Amino acid sequence: MKILKTTTEILAMAFLALTVMSCKDIKKENSNTKGSHSEMNHNNSDGHHNSDKKEMVMDNNQDDDAVMILNDYFNLKNALVSDDEAKAKEYGGVLKQSISKLDISKYNKQEQEELSDIIEDAVEHAEHISESPMPHQREHFKILSKDIIDMVAITGTTTKLYEQFCPMYDGGSAWLSMSNEVKNPYYGNKMLKCGKVQREIN
Amino acid sequence: MKIVKIIALVLLVALVGIQFVPTTRNQSNTVLETDFMLVNNVPETVQKKLEVSCYDCHSNNTQYPWYNKVQPIAWFLEDHIKEGKAELNFNEWDSLSNRRKKSKLRSIIKQIESGEMPLDSYTLIHKDAKFSKKEMNEIINFITILKDSL
Repeated sequence: MKILKTTTEILAMAFLALTVMSCKDIKKENSNTKGSHSEMNHNNSDGHHNSDKKEMVMDNNQDDDAVMILNDYFNLKNALVSDDEAKAKEYGGVLKQSISKLDISKYNKQEQEELSDIIEDAVEHAEHISESPMPHQREHFKILSKDIIDMVAITGTTTKLYEQFCPMYDGGSAWLSMSNEVKNPYYGNKMLKCGKVQREIN
Repeated sequence: MKIVKIIALVLLVALVGIQFVPTTRNQSNTVLETDFMLVNNVPETVQKKLEVSCYDCHSNNTQYPWYNKVQPIAWFLEDHIKEGKAELNFNEWDSLSNRRKKSKLRSIIKQIESGEMPLDSYTLIHKDAKFSKKEMNEIINFITILKDSL
């Protein structure tokens, strides 16, 4: 009898393990379908966007995709400034989408190579930010900022940007801002004013 | 009591049954030219440690102990390896651009320093995968120098 009981216990545990495994798969599937769904929505709205963009590019030669990326980057930066992990996650996800949609076809070959390299790297960091706790988000934001700064060097910007620098975080870290007032995304409320403007980008 | 017996039997059959579900093993005989050890001048101690602690999930070759061939453990493991390789595959190191390499090296340092890698669930069984203080310093020093040289 005792043997039967032990066997049953072992089998029950095995069964439980299996159930947990299959649950995990289902969950993954769900999030996958969700992911592609929101992507589709995104694409739809972007359909309009693209046609708008073409006109704008012809008009004044600005890269609307890059403007979108910067916009999402600043949302993410502001979330980190205000120590808002949930928002940073959300904007990390949004930024991932907009970076991967950057149209590089109008740049020359060398620029295209560098941009696709930047995109690949930045997408990964944005993805990590979308699924990590705040200290991790900030680590990835540092490298992401470097990617975005390098991107702007190629795409240019219509609005004036400020490259700011905090010497304390991880041996010195930079980020971009629309305003020359320093609000530190690496420390948030803990050391909001740490840093200085080190470059103006026009 | 009869019901218990039946349930036990059903579960036993299921457990045996899933052993026959084929899984893809992460194993390869070729060493790619892009391997981290081939393109970098890695000190022997660091090389050994990386192979023992990282290569099971971050390369095309996993050393499988027998229990990792038993279902459902094998499935659980397959998932882990897939995720690990997507994040970083030491065998394909040199196919990355310098920007990506720097990015990866930085992450390696952060992950090891914070103790997040190797995973606890891995070191639980692979005791030799754990880093001693000395080994950690050695590896982080090497990776830092490599990162700064790029």
